[in-house]
Amino acid sequence: MISHAGRRLTGRVAVFGVVVWLVAFAMPQPAQAEYADVVINNYADAAGMRPAVFPHWFHRIRFRCKVCHADLGFKFKAGGNKINMAKIIEGKFCGACHNGEVAWSVENCDMCHSGVPGTPTHFHGSTVQRLVAPPYKALDATKRVKQ
Amino acid sequence: MERKNIRISSLAAAFVLSIGAVWSTQPHANNESSVFSDSGVMMVAADVSTANIFNRNLKKVKDPNAAPPEDGIHDPENPGTHVLQPPKEAYVGLPTTAFGNHIDWVKALDDGALKPRWERTDPTAEPFVMDLDIVRPVKASVPDVVFPHRQHTEWLACSNCHPAIFIPQKGANQINMSAILLGQKCGVCHGKVSFPITTKSCRKCHSKPKPADWKPPLSEATLKNPWR
Ligand code: HEC
Ligand code: HEC
Ligand code: HEC
Ligand code: HEC
Ligand code: HEC
Ligand code: HEC
Repeated sequence: MISHAGRRLTGRVAVFGVVVWLVAFAMPQPAQAEYADVVINNYADAAGMRPAVFPHWFHRIRFRCKVCHADLGFKFKAGGNKINMAKIIEGKFCGACHNGEVAWSVENCDMCHSGVPGTPTHFHGSTVQRLVAPPYKALDATKRVKQ
Repeated sequence: MERKNIRISSLAAAFVLSIGAVWSTQPHANNESSVFSDSGVMMVAADVSTANIFNRNLKKVKDPNAAPPEDGIHDPENPGTHVLQPPKEAYVGLPTTAFGNHIDWVKALDDGALKPRWERTDPTAEPFVMDLDIVRPVKASVPDVVFPHRQHTEWLACSNCHPAIFIPQKGANQINMSAILLGQKCGVCHGKVSFPITTKSCRKCHSKPKPADWKPPLSEATLKNPWR
């Protein structure tokens, strides 16, 4: 024979297990992308494209920082250059090289637009992001308090 | 009897789910959840072990140079992702470090293992390198900071730093670690693209030993302490 209490406990334990299991999947898992990869997603998601991913490590093997950040005018700010496809095909930003002359041409959409959909613009592996108490969390907290 | 079987199997299912949950939230922690086998205390044990796991905040990256399809920011569903070069393939033969890209970019350049272009289309153009060290004495016990222009002007133009980030005059800029960690001053690049700020990299910047007679400055609160 099985008691009512026993059955209730069984039910609770099962529910508890399921809840913990679901919560576990909702927890952010640490991404392991290469240090200094930049995800750029000001507009891409909204236009139905995957976010663009820019690998610094790959480009710095081929170019010094000066080429992009002094000559081509890339500002030191992820997402801060308001890059779009119109500028790229005019030969600005990525288009200064991805033009079929210095590097492969712009029709290779999915080489650049390779990010997981929904990933926000960010700098991967940055020290700020890796702090145990990242400063940007505070902003979320104030937002929640205000509501 | 049948009911009891159902009970046992549902308990077993819950147990497995809980273990799975604890395990998947702590992918890098040393897992000890197998110590509890009695289904009666399991609920409490699972509860306690999620709150009191050994490392609550330590995050270790297992594979720092993961290939694009496994790195968590590239979409493996995207055909282009599989054409991208895995970092490890490109890093073969380059000098290593214990942080950032795990590559010593300065040494790689000095050794001639890399020849990145200084001009977009001219592979023969050479940088304008300036060898000028700026020593910044630090009030704290850590070694003083040496800012080397040489390593920086190998990669960057003067206009990348002067005057937007630093006024070009020794001692004219207020710099401290909080600003650096928030991504200002040296932190515009260090912690983003150039080597990051971590226990193993402090000495790269803090490289000049303190003078033998150096004594730590005492804080006001200590000097004026009425209870001393
Ligand atoms: C050399 C890299 C590169 C290539 C190749 C490339 N893009 Fe982009 N694209 C970008 C970047 C960077 C952005 C800016 C992303 C953002 O801020 O959301 C962008 C933005 C976009 C946007 C949103 C902004 C806008 O212009 O309206 C669309 C849509 C887009 N790309 C489509 C394409 C398509 C289609 C192709 C192929 C024909 C392509 N891209 C090829 C780098 C690239
Ligand atoms: C091939 C071009 C290219 C090269 C070479 C390059 N970068 Fe970048 N860098 C970029 C792009 C693109 C971004 C992102 C800009 C955006 O999202 O609008 C960026 C962003 C940055 C940022 C901004 C970080 C932030 O706070 O958001 C820093 C700092 C930076 N780069 C430093 C460097 C350094 C240091 C080097 C040399 C070791 C370097 N870059 C080489 C293209 C380049
Ligand atoms: C200064 C020139 C330059 C600029 C600017 C530039 N690239 Fe590139 N990029 C290159 C070269 C050269 C290659 C290598 C091409 C080859 O393999 O033939 C490359 C390759 C790539 C690759 C492929 C890496 C691999 O694994 O093979 C991606 C992705 C990429 N670039 C994205 C971008 C994006 C996004 C931008 C703009 C934000 C950009 N690039 C701006 C020169 C540039
Ligand atoms: C990575 C950033 C960076 C780059 C690139 C850079 N500098 Fe500096 N420079 C600094 C810093 C930091 C100081 C020290 C400022 C201080 O002590 O407050 C400095 C100081 C100076 C000073 C003052 C020295 C003194 O004794 O007062 C001069 C002059 C100078 N830089 C010239 C240059 C020139 C010329 C270039 C290009 C060849 C250049 N810098 C490139 C960061 C940079
Ligand atoms: C504009 C970007 C930028 C800024 C700002 C900057 N650095 Fe750097 N720094 C670099 C780059 C790029 C390298 C090359 C090594 C690398 O990328 O890891 C470098 C290398 C160094 C090295 C050489 C390490 C070696 O192996 O020889 C030291 C030391 C250093 N930085 C200290 C500083 C200090 C101190 C400041 C602030 C006063 C500073 N840097 C500001 C970009 C920057
Ligand atoms: C990119 C170069 C760089 C790295 C890496 C770095 N520091 Fe600093 N640190 C500085 C500079 C520049 C100052 C300011 C010196 C001055 O007063 O002019 C400073 C100042 C300090 C101070 C004095 C207090 C303050 O905030 O001004 C302490 C303590 C300190 N650093 C500790 C550390 C420790 C610990 C690490 C490693 C986790 C570290 N630093 C890594 C550049 C660096």
